Amino acid sequence: MKLPGKDMWLWSVPLAIALLLWEFIAGYVVRDPLLLPRFSAVIFSIYALRGVLISDILVSLLHFGIGLGLAFAAALPLAIAMGWSRSIFKAIDPIIEVLRPIPPLAWIPIAMVWFHLTHYAAGFIIFIGAFFPILLDSYTGFRDVPRVLVETGKVLGCIRDRKLIKYVAFPYALPFVATGTRVGMGVGWMCVVAAEMFGVSDSGLGYRLFQKFYFLHQMDYVVAYMLVLGLVALCLDRLFRHFVEDRLFKWKRGIVK
Amino acid sequence: MNHKLEIRNLTKTFNTEEGELKALDNVSIEVKPAEFLCIIGPSGCGKTTLLRMIAGLEHPSSGKIILDGKEVKGPSPDRGMVFQEFSLFPWRTVIKNVTFGLEIQGIGRDERYRIAEKYIELVGLKGFENRYPYELSGGMKQRVAIARALATDPAILLMDEPFGSVDAQTRNALQEELLEIWKRTKKTILFVTHSVDEAVYLADRVAVMSARPGSLVKCLDIDIPRPRKRTSVEANMFREQLLMLLSIERSKASISV
Ligand SMILES: Nc1ncnc2c1ncn2[C@@H]1O[C@H](COP(=O)(O)OP(=O)(O)OP(=O)(O)O)[C@@H](O)[C@H]1O
Ligand SMILES: [Mg+2]
Repeated sequence: MKLPGKDMWLWSVPLAIALLLWEFIAGYVVRDPLLLPRFSAVIFSIYALRGVLISDILVSLLHFGIGLGLAFAAALPLAIAMGWSRSIFKAIDPIIEVLRPIPPLAWIPIAMVWFHLTHYAAGFIIFIGAFFPILLDSYTGFRDVPRVLVETGKVLGCIRDRKLIKYVAFPYALPFVATGTRVGMGVGWMCVVAAEMFGVSDSGLGYRLFQKFYFLHQMDYVVAYMLVLGLVALCLDRLFRHFVEDRLFKWKRGIVK
Repeated sequence: MNHKLEIRNLTKTFNTEEGELKALDNVSIEVKPAEFLCIIGPSGCGKTTLLRMIAGLEHPSSGKIILDGKEVKGPSPDRGMVFQEFSLFPWRTVIKNVTFGLEIQGIGRDERYRIAEKYIELVGLKGFENRYPYELSGGMKQRVAIARALATDPAILLMDEPFGSVDAQTRNALQEELLEIWKRTKKTILFVTHSVDEAVYLADRVAVMSARPGSLVKCLDIDIPRPRKRTSVEANMFREQLLMLLSIERSKASISV
């Protein structure tokens, strides 16, 4: 999974070829920066943006952090309750199933009237996007705790549900929670752009991208923001894998790999 | 009163979709302190159900289970259980599996590890403390499960076909180890098996159960002095007796099916 190392040639050569191809096609075939800006122009734009880029990345990360944090804090207890108790699941599942298919972007007007132009408006959209993946994967984990492990826990002294959840269900479900969080992060990041683009924010990467396009048609800047969005997401995912999945789930190796 | 465990007129009926299913019918057994009792019977006759009720994981439909003069109401660490299927917590290393029950009881870390070391040594797994279950063979996993069940120093050890899923040679070795552990710890052991050889080699007494609904057909004292030889004449005689009792039960079972 690590990028550097002995497989370096395996990915760096195709990547270089793809970039050269881009540069060539944009410069000599398309020859219209509005349709396809050159790679070198995009790099130059990123360089030109160096002063403002960091603050926009931070604003977007703030929106992302608010949404993801709240989604996690809300989804986890609910997942535990639904996975652990069949009747709680039956009571809540219909509500979830009605809300879940609503695209996060459809909530934008509501976010605007509830939170106006605060960071919480964008955070709310990201919350909606990240909440359901985290909830559903975690719920699966808590639901599927093998019976024999629960009973082993009981026989060894976890008489009350609270202890069983803490010592048996939670560690068992943790990889599921992590998977859900990772998926939720992906969806959440898509929502960052959309939320900022469609007017619940007056800063952030998504907002800037749309400004460059809508008012100025500066496609090299648009693509520059696109690249930055992709790279930030890549970093987030790698960090998550490195700090959460690889460290916490040594015991899963025998099962998944 | 010199019984460790007293089972009085125990009956268990399950409510299933096809109606009521009587799994156990009026079973009464008394077990002496430090006795090694094997329970043998046709598949589906309720051996696991009996053990689960003693463990407190299932409630009797009628009848009583009395351990050390107190009626059993629910699971508790004073009854150690080794399950038929592998039941180690996959996210815990060997030593952390063994310390689990002690951790629940709130015993301090150093003390926990000291006790666990003792039992890990007893089951011959010194040096494997920091392995995860996926790194262990089937026989090793059951050894850890035994150490874990012993670590909380239960009054009685319940074992449900613990060696059912290991190969014949490992099984013989595990049987010898178990006898050694039994000698050293003087635990009362209830051991379910479907192997006549195993029962004759291990038990002070063998309880033979009838086909479903399981009831007690006969208790056989295996008064062969220890250490026993698997191939001795007396052993063969007991084996023959048991096989005959079982084949009668099995034929009854096939008629009733
Ligand atoms: N929770 C349950 N609900 C309904 N029926 C059950 C339940 N548990 C066990 N039974 C039934 O009770 C009977 C006895 O089951 P049990 O598992 O105790 O048999 P066993 O003697 O351990 O069999 P084996 O030797 O195959 O392990 C079986 O017919 C089984 O289908
Ligand atoms: Mg069984």
